[in-house]
Amino acid sequence: MYKSFLIKYGEIAIKGKNRYLFEEALVRQIRYALAGADGTFEVRRLQGRIYVDAKDYDYDEVLEALSHVFGIVGICPVVLTEDAGFDALVRDVTAYVDQAYPDKNRTFKVHARRARKNYPMDSMELNAALGEKLLEAFPKLRVDVHHPDILLCVEIREKINIYSVEIPGPGGMPVGTNGRAMLLLSGGIDSPVAGYMIAKRGVAIDAVYFHAPPYTSERAKQKVVDLARIVSRYAGPIRLHIVNFTEIQLQIYEKCPHAELTIIMRRYMMKIAEHFAKEDHCLGLVTGESIGQVASQTMQSLAATNAVCTLPVYRPLIGFDKKEIIDISEKIDAYETSILPFEDCCTIFVAKHPVTKPNLRVIERSEQRLGEAIDALVKTAVETAETVCVEAGEG
Amino acid sequence: MEAYLDNSATTRCSGRAVELMVRILSEDYGNPSSLHSMGARAEAYIKEAKKKIARTLKASEKEIVFTSGGTESNNLAIFGSAEAKKRAGNHIVTTAVEHASVAQPMQRLEELGYRVTYLPVDASGTVLRDALEDALDEETILVSMMHVNNEIGTIEPVEAAAELIHKKAPHALFHVDAIQSYGKLPVYPKKAGIDLLSVSGHKIHGPKGVGFLYIRDKAGIKPVLYGGGQQKGMRSGTENVPAIAALGEAAAECFEGLFANAEAMYGLREYFIREALKIPGVTVNGKMGREAAPHIVSVSAEGVRSEVLLHSLEEEGIYVSAGSACSSNKPSVSRTLAAIGLKKELLDATVRFSFCRDTTKEEIEYALARLAEIIPFRRKFTRK
Repeated sequence: MYKSFLIKYGEIAIKGKNRYLFEEALVRQIRYALAGADGTFEVRRLQGRIYVDAKDYDYDEVLEALSHVFGIVGICPVVLTEDAGFDALVRDVTAYVDQAYPDKNRTFKVHARRARKNYPMDSMELNAALGEKLLEAFPKLRVDVHHPDILLCVEIREKINIYSVEIPGPGGMPVGTNGRAMLLLSGGIDSPVAGYMIAKRGVAIDAVYFHAPPYTSERAKQKVVDLARIVSRYAGPIRLHIVNFTEIQLQIYEKCPHAELTIIMRRYMMKIAEHFAKEDHCLGLVTGESIGQVASQTMQSLAATNAVCTLPVYRPLIGFDKKEIIDISEKIDAYETSILPFEDCCTIFVAKHPVTKPNLRVIERSEQRLGEAIDALVKTAVETAETVCVEAGEG
Repeated sequence: MEAYLDNSATTRCSGRAVELMVRILSEDYGNPSSLHSMGARAEAYIKEAKKKIARTLKASEKEIVFTSGGTESNNLAIFGSAEAKKRAGNHIVTTAVEHASVAQPMQRLEELGYRVTYLPVDASGTVLRDALEDALDEETILVSMMHVNNEIGTIEPVEAAAELIHKKAPHALFHVDAIQSYGKLPVYPKKAGIDLLSVSGHKIHGPKGVGFLYIRDKAGIKPVLYGGGQQKGMRSGTENVPAIAALGEAAAECFEGLFANAEAMYGLREYFIREALKIPGVTVNGKMGREAAPHIVSVSAEGVRSEVLLHSLEEEGIYVSAGSACSSNKPSVSRTLAAIGLKKELLDATVRFSFCRDTTKEEIEYALARLAEIIPFRRKFTRK
């Protein structure tokens, strides 16, 4: 029965002169989200509202797609009609209620709004008149102005909007309105969630993944591509840089104290990630770290890895417990993929007793043992990196 | 250079089989149950395939039932026997080194109330005759034993076992999983006293998704799949004609050169083992010489994790399996390697090389050369 959806957005409506930028971004993200859904869709802005007109579509599929678009606060399946006088309006509203609610044993309230002030009746008059006509048409209906089962919205605009259902959207801000960041993506549970969280605030994402063949496999790499694709359902297209980290790792293994391996390795990952971040015009790095989760995520370790970066490092999960992270991972459908048992390169050489309170000066001294050889290895790793563009639709 | 040495996981489909398959898929695509001539033509392909296969086993055509592959053949043999014989007893005997497609049905039968004895093996993976003798009793209705172990290549003494079984357990059917041996070694079920014998198509240069079960005439097992009553009711479902025909062709092709191919592969295996053992820290599992299948070599390299070795070889274009390919997605310990009492450090340091009739000496030399470089290098980098 619905040919259109009214998209409600909250936060972005208050952004003053930048408003059109936010609306444009939201329209773009809605189009991106609907690209994979069956049907034809037109997304249009009209008088400070966004409508999706849909043809030959699947209702559940459209709601699922729209629920991935940050910036949407509510989705209202809406009936749009031309203004052809009050009697026609009564007919349309009655038909709407009849179709939408086969069981009439409910309470309702009419909530009329007159955005177009030249309409002959004001909203109070409309509420009363439409309520009366509905009671006449459906004797089982009852009025409840405080807690109605059905809140029937009738808005008089260029066209008349009739709707009574609002499905909550994901909130946040449309991706692309708050710059771009580089996500350090591993095959684990945390980093895809971190990407999701940062995207929720309107930040577009690129990502970097470190693999270490032959210690990690082709399947581990494919898993990360799959995870990037899951995040891209929310974050839009992601440029994923795949860096071969093996030689750097082996060099660190041979030259540095074993207990410091993970910290030093993470410092080199940050350096390389920052290189790609600057190349891609990113304004910061994003990691899935949370304080104290593992040895490399103590306050001291985070400080030691942070020290190599000049860009800000955002850690959206910093105060989250594992359980909370897993809940979000499940919500965004990443968990099943994250727990596939392929080794990732952070764990292959992990020491039995890694340092948990690294001293930056000590770490820097250990790194000096890597000599100039390491710079050449980093250069090669950067130059030989493979870049793929991951979008939600494919695969 | 590339060397595909994972032929026990699967083989390349033979050109003759592919050609036949394509022809049937695109031209003679009738349903063999249809009454018209298209159906008759399709049915003729099945008859022809049966004839070819029966000849390789010195069996009768009516003793061949086509399935979707090795797993289905094993399931049909086991569940079909258990159901048919449930009044004669409820004891089943199998071994500790069977493939999952035997081990899992056995576990299911235990849940259903059957008593299952798992025979131990010696350090070479060979089932002990005494253990079998002790296990068998009047209640035994089924014995299931593989012919060639898929992980280490050891040949089990199925003929001796058959004799013992038919003597001591008169009600028992004897099932042999011949998935790794058929097409590599001769096996004649009637002469050997085997009642049921499983074969998979894609291990013998045929297509995937097809296999057969030899069911001795009058063995009397029950079907597992019910429906349209195809294959005399033993396996309902429209026959996979293109794959069945291709399987028949692949089987015939295998047996044309059976002995010469086996000889050639034994030569490669012996050479491979001799050279591999020269690499420090390398051991070979299972048996040497003619007590092993000609195409499977299980190599342990102390201090090098099997997955790392596998991927290092992969970087050089050499494809092998870690433990058993079918379970390579799960980092679980191989039952066979545990059953032969392999040292704990080697359980996760073992890879399988497996050959086929097309494997060349050059490929083997190439693999050995890379192996000799990779093992000492990777051994330097281990978790501490």
